Amino acid sequence: MRAFSGSDLIYLLYALQWTVALVVIALAMGAPLGLALALMRTSRRRLPRYIAMVFIEVVQGVPLLGLLVFFYFGVPLLAGREVAPVIAVSIAFTAYSASFLGQIWRGGIEAVKGTQWDAAACLGITKWQQFRYVIGPQAFRMSLPPTVGLLVQLIKGTSLVSIVGFVELTRAGQIISAATFQPLLVYSCVAVIYFSVCLPLTHWARALEGRLNGAA
Amino acid sequence: MTGFNLSQILHYQDLFLSGVLMTALLSCIVMFFGSIIGILGAVGVRWGPRPVQYALRAYVEVIRNTPGLIQLFIVFFVLPSFELRLPPFHAAAIAFSIYFGAYAIEIIRAGLDSIPRSQIEAGQCLGITRWEVFRHVICMPALRNIYPAFTSQIVLLVLGTSIASQISAEELFYMGSFVESRTYRSFEVYTFVCAIYLVMVLILKTVFAAGGRILFRWPAHD
Amino acid sequence: MALLEIANVRKSFGSLEVLKGVSLTVEPGEIIAIVGRSGSGKSTLLRCINALEGINSGEIRFRGEPVRQNMKNLRLLRQRMGIVFQSFNLFPHLKVERNVTLAPVLTGKVSKADARELALEVLTRVGLSEKIDAFPGQLSGGQQQRVAIARCLAMSPELMLFDEATSALDPELVGEVLRVIEDMARNDLTMILVTHEMNFARNVSTRLIFMNEGMVWEQGPPAELFANPKTEEFASFIRATKQA
Repeated sequence: MRAFSGSDLIYLLYALQWTVALVVIALAMGAPLGLALALMRTSRRRLPRYIAMVFIEVVQGVPLLGLLVFFYFGVPLLAGREVAPVIAVSIAFTAYSASFLGQIWRGGIEAVKGTQWDAAACLGITKWQQFRYVIGPQAFRMSLPPTVGLLVQLIKGTSLVSIVGFVELTRAGQIISAATFQPLLVYSCVAVIYFSVCLPLTHWARALEGRLNGAA
Repeated sequence: MTGFNLSQILHYQDLFLSGVLMTALLSCIVMFFGSIIGILGAVGVRWGPRPVQYALRAYVEVIRNTPGLIQLFIVFFVLPSFELRLPPFHAAAIAFSIYFGAYAIEIIRAGLDSIPRSQIEAGQCLGITRWEVFRHVICMPALRNIYPAFTSQIVLLVLGTSIASQISAEELFYMGSFVESRTYRSFEVYTFVCAIYLVMVLILKTVFAAGGRILFRWPAHD
Repeated sequence: MALLEIANVRKSFGSLEVLKGVSLTVEPGEIIAIVGRSGSGKSTLLRCINALEGINSGEIRFRGEPVRQNMKNLRLLRQRMGIVFQSFNLFPHLKVERNVTLAPVLTGKVSKADARELALEVLTRVGLSEKIDAFPGQLSGGQQQRVAIARCLAMSPELMLFDEATSALDPELVGEVLRVIEDMARNDLTMILVTHEMNFARNVSTRLIFMNEGMVWEQGPPAELFANPKTEEFASFIRATKQA
């Protein structure tokens, strides 16, 4: 047994970079998929709408913990060989963030008035151009606050990765806690680190929302 | 590994069933106490004295900006230092109530704020008491406004209780990991557990949708 | 005794003085129309009368009893005074019947058993008895405003206040509401109307009040006042409304 020391704190901050890395991966890979889901969900054809709906309902209908272990054990099975945990975990988080982004951005697209599509269509540009230059930017502006909110949700969600042994902030906390027998102190430190990362984002989301409501 | 095989897992159906019941029980307990925290907290944020307002806001910010798992660990490891040795299930119920309460405060406060001043004035002008204005004028429209957010929060809660498995509270996910340790059929077990959660969520959503239609019959504006 | 006495009332919002010493006495049976430009303090005066707004100085007396925001029996006073708002403010979750009878039942004016009968009676007066089981959201603006009037009538008020009751309505719906108010006027109900409908003010009111810059600028019988405006402000106000 040893006491909690400054080097433990450095270890925690070091582990934080894996938390951040996971979130970046989840966003980078989840965003294109989320956009596709949003477009499918608002499509006029039934099949894509239906597929996107089922995907979102299923991913949001199981615990994040379940999603993690599902891919953690499922991906190697599918690949037929050992797969680095980080890949399985990234796939799980990509699915998770994509489902929420799809839902949020769908809401943004639907919040843009139908007359905007009409006006864009009258310009004689393609359907994709209508989205890219007219609907998309307006939808993005309206979806930005909940998107930032999702970022906070993702950061908190990565704490669950600790259960499959992936060393990010929470797992690092568990390791130190086991070594020092000072769980309260260690977990409080971990909580403070999460808090200082999430709070500015939460406030940013709120400021964005306030600006949006003020403009409306 | 020989394909996807559920038969071995289904030997443990009693365990899964008790897991489902414990998850449901945990969710109900948390919903009850969390909602009480939410109602009292929202009243406090809105009408309480300044210090109470600040304290409640700090509470909401801290809970919303830290992971539930860490909160659970802190509650679980803090209580023994007060000579309070609670079973994991109790610790989870306490941690999740604190967690759910913070979200409930935000939702209920937003619901109260969503009622236009003019509605309250119209009630006052009829010469009925403050309580009657709340009970007959504010209450139902506010409930309708918070219903979507509140019910999705409940769904998130039911799914979120799965992390109680990490302190060995014997709810559904814990039962899953127990069966996994007996059968080594990890993928099948967790797929099965996920499917159970999905069914529970779909049932809940159906019930909430039906409840909404029964409770709120008046036409929504615009 | 006068029904309502307003004496030298002043009211400010922050540094902006909206009422700068308003005095006015209303006798039972009078129908008073208050006109004036927006920002002249008309609506604020109305809101002060039933203490939705507090006043900074002066006094308002209803049947001799001072009206104050913190008075103990403000509720009882409001039961004797009805107000109709520009935006109707019906309760969206209650059917028309319940909207109309909520206050009479809660204040014990009528038993639950007799409530429907009362609702039918007042709804008939505004010509909407067939809508008794509708929700406000299923009615047109004009119908909603008539229900709002019925809601007041159900309390048998001694004084009715109308705060720009037709301003939020589509032009084709204004008439039905004005006809209901006219009908009430014939039944000797004391009323104070803040309105933009100049013809209505001229034809229905027993006394016209022109408010300007937070004061009662001119008042008198409407026909006389319209024919011979005493001040340039009122004359230009009449010209402006005629052009519109």
